[in-house]
Amino acid sequence: MLSALNLVSQNLNAYLILSGLLFSIGAFGFLARRNAISMLMSIELMLNAVNLAFVAFGAFVSSADPSHAAQASDIALIVMAAAAAEATVGLAIVIAIYRNRKTPLVDEYDAMKR
Amino acid sequence: MTQPDTIPLLGLGWNDLLFLAFAAVMVVAALAVVLQRDIIRAGGAMIIAFAALAGLYVIAGSPVVAGAQVLVYIGAISVLVLFAIMLTQTKAAPRALVFQTQAVPAAIATAILALLIVASVLTTDWPKQVATQVADARSVATTLFGQFTLPFEVVSVLLLAAVVGGVFLAKRERDRGEAD
Repeated sequence: MLSALNLVSQNLNAYLILSGLLFSIGAFGFLARRNAISMLMSIELMLNAVNLAFVAFGAFVSSADPSHAAQASDIALIVMAAAAAEATVGLAIVIAIYRNRKTPLVDEYDAMKR
Repeated sequence: MTQPDTIPLLGLGWNDLLFLAFAAVMVVAALAVVLQRDIIRAGGAMIIAFAALAGLYVIAGSPVVAGAQVLVYIGAISVLVLFAIMLTQTKAAPRALVFQTQAVPAAIATAILALLIVASVLTTDWPKQVATQVADARSVATTLFGQFTLPFEVVSVLLLAAVVGGVFLAKRERDRGEAD
């Protein structure tokens, strides 16, 4: 019945398309949401999409180097650490702005426009 | 993971079925993150999306990344995000308008972006594909502390700086609060 999808989990294209979809969803959330924390969550989705692409390239592209897949995992781990740093600073900034402006909505941060 | 036999009725392998299930859960949860009006539910959907992604990492042969995904994203970043949501939301927030006025152009632009990515993935002639190469913990550790020592140390300093900076930014500044 679904035999057209057989071996889909062994297919680089499937992972890359999934990664592209996740990145696009994250980009839409970043552009469309008004809440600063929603925007940060969308950024996390985009970072995860990139990690998925890294892992997929490491797993399915043939290489003469036997540690090819392990290197992709290393890059994904380092991206995760950078994402954690980004989330920490980003959320701290949101909380600091909220303390002054009493709103988490980014379109009300207009102090430099007035 | 050894390659199991195909499931009789569906003609799919277990890995393929799991891949499709995790992929569907991840896409639906990610859509819920960006479309859900109630932001605390968006945070919950984000946790589900991260968990499904951890499953995808296992299927792609990177159990170390899957474990780090559970620890870092589900364990740390989600808790951080949920705490920030609880600290910054007012009661009227779910009823207020959650989307910018540019939401429709943004939807069109990101749909085009998704189509471009899918089209470029399908038309590109990737290097020869092989069966899943499993990145076991030993080889990940060997390369992380051998070849990738410098990025590892740099990112640890970055994390330290980010945590100190986060505490500094988020702490209440009593002196300035009294001045104004």
